[in-house]
Amino acid sequence: MTAWHEKTAHEIRNAVRARHVSAAEVAESYLNRIAAVDPKVDSYTQVWADFARAQAARVDEKIARGEDAGRLAGVPIGIKEVICTKQGHTTCSSRILEGYQSPHDATIIRKLEAEGAVFLGKLNMDEFAMGSSTENSAIKTTRNPWNLRCVPGGSSGGSAAAVAADLCAFSLGSDTGGSIRQPACLCGCVGIKPTYGRVSRYGLVAFASSLDQIGPLTKDVEDAALALNVLCGKDAMDATSANLPVPDFTQALTGDIRGLRIGMPVECFTESLGAEMREKVLSAIEVLKGQGAEVVEVSLPTLDYALAVYYIICTAEASANLARFDGVRYGFRHPAAGDVREMYVKTKTAAFGPEVRRRIMLGTYVLSSGYYDAYYLKAQKVRRLIKEDFDRAFTKCDIIVTPTSPTPAFEFGAKTADPLEMYLSDIYTISTNLATLPGISVPCGLCASGLPAGVQFMAKPFDEATLLRVAHCYEKNSGITLGKAPIA
Amino acid sequence: MEYEAVIGMEVHVEINTKSKVFCACSTHFSAPANTNVCPICLGMPGVLPVLNREMVNKSVAAGLALNCTISRWSKLDRKNYFYPDMAKNYQISQYDLPLCSNGHLDIEVDGQPKSIGITRAHMEEDTARNTHTLGGGQSGVDFNRSGVPLLEIVTEPDLRSAQDAYAYLTALKQILQYLDVSDCNMEEGSLRAEANISVRPKGASVFGTKTEVKNVASFSGVMKAIEYEIKRQVELIESGGAVEQETRGWDPDRGITFTQRKKESAHDYRYFPEPDLVPVVVDAAWEQRIRESLPELPLPRKHRFMEQYGLSDYDANVLTGTQAMADYFEAAVQADADAKKTANWIMGDLQALLTEAKADISACNVTPACLAEMIRMINDNTISGKIAKEVLAEMFVSGKSPKQIVEEKGLVQITDASAIEGIVRQVLADNPQQVEQFKAGKDRVVGFLVGQVMKASRGKANPEKVNEILRNELAK
Repeated sequence: MTAWHEKTAHEIRNAVRARHVSAAEVAESYLNRIAAVDPKVDSYTQVWADFARAQAARVDEKIARGEDAGRLAGVPIGIKEVICTKQGHTTCSSRILEGYQSPHDATIIRKLEAEGAVFLGKLNMDEFAMGSSTENSAIKTTRNPWNLRCVPGGSSGGSAAAVAADLCAFSLGSDTGGSIRQPACLCGCVGIKPTYGRVSRYGLVAFASSLDQIGPLTKDVEDAALALNVLCGKDAMDATSANLPVPDFTQALTGDIRGLRIGMPVECFTESLGAEMREKVLSAIEVLKGQGAEVVEVSLPTLDYALAVYYIICTAEASANLARFDGVRYGFRHPAAGDVREMYVKTKTAAFGPEVRRRIMLGTYVLSSGYYDAYYLKAQKVRRLIKEDFDRAFTKCDIIVTPTSPTPAFEFGAKTADPLEMYLSDIYTISTNLATLPGISVPCGLCASGLPAGVQFMAKPFDEATLLRVAHCYEKNSGITLGKAPIA
Repeated sequence: MEYEAVIGMEVHVEINTKSKVFCACSTHFSAPANTNVCPICLGMPGVLPVLNREMVNKSVAAGLALNCTISRWSKLDRKNYFYPDMAKNYQISQYDLPLCSNGHLDIEVDGQPKSIGITRAHMEEDTARNTHTLGGGQSGVDFNRSGVPLLEIVTEPDLRSAQDAYAYLTALKQILQYLDVSDCNMEEGSLRAEANISVRPKGASVFGTKTEVKNVASFSGVMKAIEYEIKRQVELIESGGAVEQETRGWDPDRGITFTQRKKESAHDYRYFPEPDLVPVVVDAAWEQRIRESLPELPLPRKHRFMEQYGLSDYDANVLTGTQAMADYFEAAVQADADAKKTANWIMGDLQALLTEAKADISACNVTPACLAEMIRMINDNTISGKIAKEVLAEMFVSGKSPKQIVEEKGLVQITDASAIEGIVRQVLADNPQQVEQFKAGKDRVVGFLVGQVMKASRGKANPEKVNEILRNELAK
C-alpha cells in the first residue's frame, strides 16, 4: 500500500472522513517524511510537529463525535512564509522579520483551519516574494527535488519543492508575477493563481498589492479545485476581494472540453522559445484537440511590454508596502543608530537583501516627482492595453495556452549575477497578473535533462471553473506521469 | 506703499465617526496610550484597510454644506514619507481626485458678506502621536490617534485679513458642528488650521512669496499669527528684503512666528493610487440622500431669525452660534414665550450660568418649555424680573419647573396695594433721616427707599407699585 504522504489531498480527505485512517496517522506519516527527506530539500523554515498533531487530534475527535470534520479533514499542508499565522513566525524569509510573530491569522488560514486542514509548518521563499529561484531567501537554500543541484523556482520555491517531495499534501503560495506557477512548473506540480480578488489577501504580507494573489500548489488538478473551494470568497477585511458566488470547482472537472476554443498567442510561440519546450507545449495542445477542443490563433501585441510594465508597477507598490519595515514597532532594528534617520537607513540596509533593496530603489525612482509620468503612469496605461489585448483575445477563445517557464529548473547561481536574466523566468506568467486573470501550470512531461516542464492555461477573469476543467482534462488524457521526484 | 495680504487656509478636522477610517478601532484617542489599536492601525505586516462608509457620508455632508461638487468617482492615494508616527510610512489620503471640490463658504466680516472659495475637501487618516517626555533619551509613540479620520479643507487664496481668516474659521467650525461631523475642538487637536500668507502691493495681480504658518492652538492665535506675519512681510519688503518661502511656527508667548522648515527640504511624497482600496463611487442617489438630511445651516438660520423673530444682527448671530443654542431658542419661542425676551434670557442669565458651570446648553437642566413658562410668569406679573433670576438659578440646579419653585419658596409677586403700603410705612418709619432729606429736596433718596422696601419684601413686591406708593406716602 502507498504511504499516506504519497497520496493526494482528496484521497487523504476521503480516507479520513471514511475513518479508513486517522488524521493523526496521516500527520505522523508526513512528519516522518519531513524528518527523513527535508534535510536534503530544505523546503521548510519551521516545522510545527506538536501543533500539527494537536490539530489532527481535533479532527479525529470531531469524526469520533460524528461531526463534520470539514472539506479538508486531516489534510496536512505547508504555508509560505509570507502568509500571517499566529502560530510560529512570519518572516517572509527576510532578516528584517526574523522571529516576528504575527498577532493575527490570515483570513485563509482561519478558513483552512475551519475545514480541518492540518498545518505542518512554514515554507521557504525568496525574500518578500521577490525572485524566481528562492535563492533570495535570508533563511536557507531550498533545492529542487528533481535535481538537488537545481533551484526549485520562486518565489514559492519551498511550497513547490515540498509538494514535489511529498512533504505536504498541498501547499500555499503567493503569485505576483508567476511565483506559484513558475516553481510549480520547475518542480513538476500543479500551481494555480486565481483571478485577482478571488482569494482574500488579508494576512498576505504585501509585495505588490494590485498583483498579489494567494493560491495552492498541489499534486493534481482535483486537489487544486478542492483547495480553491475553501480559499475563494469575499472577505470583509479585503476591500479588493470580489463579492461573487464561488462555484464548487470540483463539479467543474467533467472531463468534457468539446467545443471549447483554445487560444494560442502567436507572440508566445516565436523562435525565442526553445525547441524542447515548444514541442512539449504543442503536444499538450494536441491532447486538448484530441478531446474535442478547437485551437485558434490569437494575438497579444502588447505582450512585449509586459516585463517592463511589471517591473515598474510591482516595484512602485513594493517601495511603499515595504516602507513599514523600519525598526520602529517590530522586527529588526539596527542597534547602532544615533538618530531616527540613521535608524531607518541602517536597519533597512542591514536587514534587506540586495534584490529587495534594488526593487525598493527602483520603485522609489519611478514614483519620484519628474519621473512619475514617464514611468509609473505610462506603465499603468500600458497595463490597461495589455488587459484589453486579453479581453479581445478572449472574444475568440475560452482558454489561452502558453509555456509556464521558458526553461526547466536551472542550477544554483546560474542567473544570480544578472537580474534581468532572472526576471525573464517569468516572461510567460506576469501578463496574467497584470491582466488580473486566473492561470494554472500543469506538468507536461520531463525534459531530456530529467527536469519537469509545465504548460500554462489562462482563462477569463473569475472563470476558474473552465480553467480547471481544461487543466483536469489535459492531466487525465496527456498520458504523462512524471513519477516521483528522485530527491537526489 | 499700501499692501494687501493674500491668505489661504488649510484646515484638518477630525471626523467624529465611532470607528477609525480604515479599521474597527474606537476613535477615542485620549484613552490610555496604545489601547485603541489593532494590527491595521499599527501597520503590521499583512493587514489591509477598508474604508469606513460613515466617513464618506460625513465628508459628503461637509462638502455639500460647503457648496462643493461631490465627485461621482474618487480614489484614495498613498502619500509616502518616513516618520515614526506613521504606522505604514505612508498616509492614505486623496491626491488628484478629492471627494469634494469647487465649493464656497459665505461669511460675514463686519456685517459685510464675503464668499470664500473652497478648492477641495479630501479624506485622509490621522497619524499617531510622538512623545519625547519618557526620559532616558527615549521617545514613545501612541497609536490611538493613528487612523482617526480627517477631512482636509483647503480654501482659495480669497482671504485678505486676519479678520477674514477668523470669520472663515468660525463659520467653518459652526457648520461642521451643525452637521455633527466634528466637534472642532482646537485645544484637543480635532481642528488644526494652517494659513498660507503673502503680501503684495495693493492692486497687484501677481501673488507675493508665501509663508505657511502651522501649529497654532486657537482661532485668536491664528488671527494674531496672521497679523504678525503680514506686518513682518511688509516690513521685510519695505526694508529692501525678500520673503522666503518656508513653514513657520507660532510662539504664542512671544507673539511671533519663527522659521520651522525651509523650502529646500520640502518632501517629494511620491503619491500614487492606493491599490488596497477600491474607488469611492458616490452616485446621485447617495448624494441626494445626504443632501436631504442636511440641517438648516447657521447663516441662513441667522437671517431667518432676524426676519422671523425681529432679532438684531448681533442677537441672531449669537443664538445661531451652535445648533443646540438655536434649537433651544426656537423651542422656547414655540412654547409661547416672547422672542426678544427669550433671546435676552438665553444670552444673559442662562449663558452666565452655563459658562460658570462649564456646561453646554444641550445638557441644560432648564428645558426650553420651563424657560418659556418663566418668561410668561414675568409678563403676567406673577414674579418680578429680579425674582426670575433667582428662579432661573434654582431651575438650573434642580431642573424643577418655575411654577413649582415659586410655590415652594413663596416667591409670588406682591401686587396688593395694602400689603405694599404696610411695608412702605414701616420703611419710612425706620428711616426718618432719609425722609427728612427727601423733604429738603433730595429726590435721589427715593431710590434708596425703594431698595429698602424691596429688601423688606424679599424682592417680591412689584417694583412699579412700590415706586408709586412710596411717592404717595412721601407726598403726604
